[in-house]
Amino acid sequence: MEAAAKVQRQMVRLRGRSYVAFVFVPTVPIQDWLAEIDAMIARSPGFFAGRPVVIDLSSVDLSQAGIGHLLTSLQDRNIRVLGIEGVEEGRLTPMMPPLLSGGRSCVVEPTAPKKSEAKAETKPTSLLLEAPVRSGQTVIFPEGDVTILGSVGSGAEVVAGGSIHVYGALRGRAMAGVNGHTSARIYCQKIEAELLAIDGFYQTADDIDAALRGRPAQAWLQGNTMRITALN
Amino acid sequence: MAKVLVVTSGKGGVGKTTTTAALGAALAQRGDKVVVVDFDVGLRNLDLVMGAERRVVFDLINVVQGVAKLPQALIKDKRLENLWLLPASQTRDKDALTEEGVGKVIADLRSRFDWVICDSPAGIERGASMAMRFADEAVIVTNPEVSSVRDSDRIIGMLDSKTVRAEKGERVEKHILITRYDPSRAARGEMLTIDDILEILATPLLGIIPESQDVLKASNVGTPVTLSNADGAPARAYMDAAKRLCGENVTMHVPAERRGLMDRLLRRRAA
Repeated sequence: MEAAAKVQRQMVRLRGRSYVAFVFVPTVPIQDWLAEIDAMIARSPGFFAGRPVVIDLSSVDLSQAGIGHLLTSLQDRNIRVLGIEGVEEGRLTPMMPPLLSGGRSCVVEPTAPKKSEAKAETKPTSLLLEAPVRSGQTVIFPEGDVTILGSVGSGAEVVAGGSIHVYGALRGRAMAGVNGHTSARIYCQKIEAELLAIDGFYQTADDIDAALRGRPAQAWLQGNTMRITALN
Repeated sequence: MAKVLVVTSGKGGVGKTTTTAALGAALAQRGDKVVVVDFDVGLRNLDLVMGAERRVVFDLINVVQGVAKLPQALIKDKRLENLWLLPASQTRDKDALTEEGVGKVIADLRSRFDWVICDSPAGIERGASMAMRFADEAVIVTNPEVSSVRDSDRIIGMLDSKTVRAEKGERVEKHILITRYDPSRAARGEMLTIDDILEILATPLLGIIPESQDVLKASNVGTPVTLSNADGAPARAYMDAAKRLCGENVTMHVPAERRGLMDRLLRRRAA
């Protein structure tokens, strides 16, 4: 009994808080507008995931059924509508998101997925070196593939996020797929490597089959083991 | 137009100083005005090989630090009219070399000579990097041994990245000079072959100097090998290398094992 009395005394806490939401302004024809949304999602998947979205119906004249259809279309695209604006309350059913008013526009800061998209466009994903990599030199390119027109000297090091291609003798160390890219491979015209590694799995010169030495070869990962075979 | 040539190798004991003296003398014998500069501060040897050790008063460090003027430190060779030596300091170490000071000295030498030949110390530290810093051309002295070849590869990488020319986007012209080539060991397959070396280093060949007692003897009497025994195989090889440096086209001779008549007779009898 005492416990129940305590619960009764507990107050309901109410607080006001404002959130930034995307406001969609659908235009007629709705089908074309939806196609536009689809194109945007294709360019940056997950752009709307988990973001509050409000639809502003002031520029279209939709019936109750029309509004319902629009809402399900958006739901199919994983866009959850949290409120509706610019329409009389009479056109909304109780199952629809509530009518909102008093929204103030604000600048939406550039979002993370958009940024990475821009980066992917400007940053090259492969590095081409037209000179031999000499002993003591290190080439590090975590963004992608490295292609070397020349040899990699004994004591030199090539580190790539993707695959490594050596059009010459590979006498130094080659580490491909350093960012956990397990499908990366190492190719060379003449294998005399000190060490080969893909995604952390490595073989030293001792482990490499002596019959392969001096021949064109490639290395790749098969599960958790590195395989090295002759090319041609 | 003066050329600054660095003689370097990475590894010690391969013949940089001998080569500096021999090439310097060979170029001077052809009539060019040549200065050989010892960058091996603290472990100088070039003065000994040039036979000028008793005449050193001022040295490179004195000039770099402004204690002495360049003409005071330059030592004129007694045998060749247009060969000069700028010795290193034996009492200091390589940290005394500043880039600014070395740059000034090299610029001054450029205005006075046709060839400025810098004898680099072994290693890749300050002394070696200062010696190559202002070079237009480089002679990389390599023995037909794996250790020497790998070190040469490292030095070539530095020539392509740490010189003033490389930083300006220009190229330092590089040449490989193979020294201490022993034809009998090469015949037995105990050394790297010339082809192996050139394949690994991917740099043009300037010459092949055969292993010879002449070289040791010349160093010990303080005379560049091209002067002490001008008819010997090493002297001729160095003269050819000097001609190639000047842009002449000279056919390359791979030293072969020469067996005398007696050797052949004896061998036949033993067999």
